[in-house]
Amino acid sequence: MAGLSLQNLQKTYGKVEVIKGVNLEIEHGEFVVFVGPSGCGKSTLLRMIAGLEDITGGELSIGGQVVNAMQPRDRGVAMVFQSYALYPHMTVYDNVGFGLRIKKTPKDERDAKIREAARILQMEHLLDRKPAQLSGGQRQRVAIGRAIVRQPEVFLFDEPLSNLDASLRMDMRMEISKLHQDLGATMIYVTHDQVEAMTLADKIVVLNAGVVQQVGSPLELYHRPANLFVAGFIGSPKMNFLDVTIDEIGSGVVTVSGPDMKPVSIPVATDGLKVGAALTLGTRPHQMQAADHGPITATVALVEHLGNETIVSLRLPSGKAIVAALDGDFPVTHGATLHLTPEASKAVLFDAHGTALQVT
Amino acid sequence: MAAVTSPNQRLKISLKYLLLILVAVIFVFPIVFMVVSSFKPDLQLLRDTSSFNAFLPIGDISLDNYFAAFRRAPVGLFVFNSILVTSLTVVGSLFLCSMAAFAFVFLEFRGKEIVLSIIIATLIVPFETIAVPMLMVVNSLPWIGGNGVTWGWLNTYHVQIVPFLADALTVFLFVQFFRDLPKELVEAARLDGASWFQVYSMVIVPIAGPVFATAAILKFLAMYNQYLWPLMVTQSEQFRPVMVGLQYFFQLNTAWGEVMAYLSMITLPVLAFYIFLQRAFITSIASTGIKG
Repeated sequence: MAGLSLQNLQKTYGKVEVIKGVNLEIEHGEFVVFVGPSGCGKSTLLRMIAGLEDITGGELSIGGQVVNAMQPRDRGVAMVFQSYALYPHMTVYDNVGFGLRIKKTPKDERDAKIREAARILQMEHLLDRKPAQLSGGQRQRVAIGRAIVRQPEVFLFDEPLSNLDASLRMDMRMEISKLHQDLGATMIYVTHDQVEAMTLADKIVVLNAGVVQQVGSPLELYHRPANLFVAGFIGSPKMNFLDVTIDEIGSGVVTVSGPDMKPVSIPVATDGLKVGAALTLGTRPHQMQAADHGPITATVALVEHLGNETIVSLRLPSGKAIVAALDGDFPVTHGATLHLTPEASKAVLFDAHGTALQVT
Repeated sequence: MAAVTSPNQRLKISLKYLLLILVAVIFVFPIVFMVVSSFKPDLQLLRDTSSFNAFLPIGDISLDNYFAAFRRAPVGLFVFNSILVTSLTVVGSLFLCSMAAFAFVFLEFRGKEIVLSIIIATLIVPFETIAVPMLMVVNSLPWIGGNGVTWGWLNTYHVQIVPFLADALTVFLFVQFFRDLPKELVEAARLDGASWFQVYSMVIVPIAGPVFATAAILKFLAMYNQYLWPLMVTQSEQFRPVMVGLQYFFQLNTAWGEVMAYLSMITLPVLAFYIFLQRAFITSIASTGIKG
């Protein structure tokens, strides 16, 4: 059983603080995705878990054992790199079996494990080739195979699909997901691609500037983002944000309006709220209805017909841009005026600090 | 290969080849002169230098100069000494310098940048300036050999080998090559459980063939061409290398034919070594961006 526990984990380079006290619990067998923009520290955090970066402060435990000072090879982790990192002078067979060779695993056992990994990843026909003779997808398979044969407690993936083309990326995503189900091992996956994060994860950890912004299931993050950063980062197209003020406070509901929006009532915990307070209303493009009337009036700036839906970019009276995802058959033309209604039950209100208000 | 289409293109390519052949001939001429002259008696050799005959094996051709060279100096011993000293130094320095470079590039330790800078800075110190202090140092060092502990290294093989086992240029060459290798290779091997030495020997060395070849050639040439140091540290001919042996031929009356025969003989190992490693040498020079 190999769960992970990160207690106030810190990393500094000189005076630059890269990871600022991360606390995180990962259960055995969970698929956890670290997601965030470039430079947020997600890869550094993964490398700290792998043992490739020293831990400046805090405590990292794998399977209940503190591993801060432990060598990478003793941590029971295997890592798949973005660049695959295959040994160019070795065949696929030798690449996959390298770790076992180092461990002095008997030849028969080694051979059986290599062939089993090759079978799982459907690359038996590639075993005699060198990495240079493989396509990107095949190389990635070999890199995963190299991780599998070691039967690690924890798999670490550092943006493993970012060098692949779109269709191959989708295939590999499904394969990794299947691999997780088959092996039942703990997997930690770093990506900046939120589609990968949403589709693969049991649990997503959103990072920004070395700080965990929110931890939760994909749908939790999508529907109940903890702050403006998470709200803006998760979901495509991005969530729309409107400046509003509180007009009226009812029982478990506030009515808000702003320069670009007529009054709308949003269900929310009203403790501590004051009439006149400035808030930000977040509403997803897929959670806005277009009709003859509505609290938001905007001019169509761009129409993208995707068939199943139509993505409409609109300009508000204040000059701000918003996006609405409408029905694929919805008649809309460039320059037209649309009236939109945000789905009040799914809209999120953020206070002046960008923190989401609790829902009743 | 690109198809040659227009006469204009053909002319361009012809000119390019003509130029390349011309340059090749200029470089080959001295070697041809040396080899051809080694078969000629002195009188004819000197007479031919005023004409193109100097490059042609015509006239009184014989192996007399070679026999005379062997009579005048222990050529075989000199060549043996040189090859022994050179090959041991090359093997030792490739091993030591590549490991040092590996540490500088892949390991983290305090002050590594400063140490590396100091090593590279020594590239600008000419050997002549440190030759005498070095002589004094090796003259007072102990050595454990067949005769137990002896003091002073003069008149030995190891005095010609040990001081040259590590040098800044070779370390620098390896550092440059290793820096261009993806760091993930090392990290992947570490995660696979490899020790630092296993990472070096099983992952890095096998893919560093070109830089090993380059370093080997440069070191081989430098060692094989050594003159000043062996002249200073070897008094008996038992340990002397080929370049020091050359002075046997510049006595009162220089026998040029014998000089040429001797030079032809001692050039052969260098040519053979270079041709053997040529392909890898060119790859590496191109990839490290170091051009001589």
